Amino acid sequence: MNWETVIGLEIHAQLATKSKIFSGASTAYGAEPNRQACPVDLGLPGVLPVLNGEVVRMAVKFGLAVGARIAPRSVFARKNYFYPDLPKGYQISQYELPLVEGGHLDIDLEDGTTKRVGITRAHLEEDAGKSLHEDFHGMTGIDLNRAGTPLVEIVSEPDMRSPREAVAYMKKLHTLVRYLGICDGNMQEGSFRCDANVSVRPEGQAEFGTRAEIKNLNSFRFVERALEYEVERQIDLIESGGEVVQETRLYDVERGETRSMRTKEEANDYRYFPDPDLLPLVVEPAFVEEVRATLPELPDEKRDRFIERYGLPAYDASVLTTTREMADFYEATVKAAGGAAKRAANWVMGDFLGALNKDGLDLQDSPVGSEALGTLVARIEDETVSGRSAKEVFEAMWAGEGDPDAIIEAKGLKQVTDTGAIEAVVDQVIAENPQQLEQYRGGKTKLLGFFVGQVMKLSGGKANPQQVNALLKKKLDG
Amino acid sequence: MALGRDEVLAIAHLARIGIDDESVEGYARDLSEILSFVEQMNAVDTDGVEPMAHPLDAVQRLRSDGVTESDRREHYQKVAPAVEAGLYLVPRVVE
Repeated sequence: MNWETVIGLEIHAQLATKSKIFSGASTAYGAEPNRQACPVDLGLPGVLPVLNGEVVRMAVKFGLAVGARIAPRSVFARKNYFYPDLPKGYQISQYELPLVEGGHLDIDLEDGTTKRVGITRAHLEEDAGKSLHEDFHGMTGIDLNRAGTPLVEIVSEPDMRSPREAVAYMKKLHTLVRYLGICDGNMQEGSFRCDANVSVRPEGQAEFGTRAEIKNLNSFRFVERALEYEVERQIDLIESGGEVVQETRLYDVERGETRSMRTKEEANDYRYFPDPDLLPLVVEPAFVEEVRATLPELPDEKRDRFIERYGLPAYDASVLTTTREMADFYEATVKAAGGAAKRAANWVMGDFLGALNKDGLDLQDSPVGSEALGTLVARIEDETVSGRSAKEVFEAMWAGEGDPDAIIEAKGLKQVTDTGAIEAVVDQVIAENPQQLEQYRGGKTKLLGFFVGQVMKLSGGKANPQQVNALLKKKLDG
Repeated sequence: MALGRDEVLAIAHLARIGIDDESVEGYARDLSEILSFVEQMNAVDTDGVEPMAHPLDAVQRLRSDGVTESDRREHYQKVAPAVEAGLYLVPRVVE
């Protein structure tokens, strides 16, 4: 039987505010335990939450970017459960009336087509603290620095049909929230994490199969692996006569498998109800328009513009628009190069990104700036250096040996385009290899490569290859 | 609506309240009576009535995004039963 996979994702994106969603404590990452946990975050009696306006602005910005409806009135609810990293005994979230409803995100599939994934809703909530299970004399340590950090939970429709599509959606969302500047997207620090709902059904069947929820997937690679494993597990289970049970599962990174955490019967009854400590959140149309005016050029728009304006292939345009910083760097490079958009794209995506990755550097820490890279591209373009020599220049630039022009000068890499000079070398090579000349003229034209090689060698790689080729052909055939 | 023994025990567990075996029946009776009392509401026609999220007819005020709390960890941890390395210690939890 052929099986169809059905996946929906819930993504928690941490909003990049300075202070928490309901308190004035800092959200900075990496502080010593509990140095950023105030009485509101500690759930001390008598405290009251006060909503951070920036959180609302960021969530509205997200909603507008995915074409969603911004609810004019939304309500905060208490989600009740007991766990020590949530000292109040409830998480403040939104339940029946979320701030953002009904949007979509278009993802690019490998076959070159685009698929629209529905976004059911996005609601505001607070993060919980962190439990440390190392042994503290048989007790658990609690760090509440993260408690109260603002999150937007983005819930998709069950529109994805493979782990690949799920990853494509997640990556697209990751790109989007960083473009919008509402989330730093740092997955290692937990700023962007994912729960996945997965089920399988016989191809052609309309109703969904029973789903399992996989919790806390915090890298693209793990999402894909965990989903692949889970799909396989469900199919094997059904084909061997078993039944999928609705449950929450955890992905075990080390063993590469998912395992049951709790079944539906053990599931918490969260007993949601409106939080009496918070009034309904009203968002005025004027505020929505104000936020709309701050929307940057979005990833898809930027990609389309790159294809249109710079004549780039879709693949190049996608790679170069993965982050705003990368796109800005590329555009600055093209500007410095005075055009040569495709050559600039090749250099940014090739040698430049390669060097960044090799040294494990972020774009902003690159030793080579867009101005310098653009100048190098311009020097290839105006034939000052050959493409091959340019790689040597680039390496020297990366090593901090100066700007491209100085390096070309210092290393004597200037390309020889003077026809007379090249002709002299060509003549010398032909004169020194009479045997090869005879063979060539006897029909062994493949030897052209040999002659080109000799000329390049003799010129120290500096002769313009096109000119060498043309001249040689003329003389050899002569 | 009448609550049975299992439901009372489930509610007690969710609220993390320990109750004696012999008092379960009493709780079941009392809770059932409360529910019956509330059920009178079902007789009211609420079509077209917007659910009330808050008794006050007001909207949420927003604060600006600034860090206003300073680090007072030592002060707050004075009232904690057990702390170590800046962490609050609680009975071991394993999920």
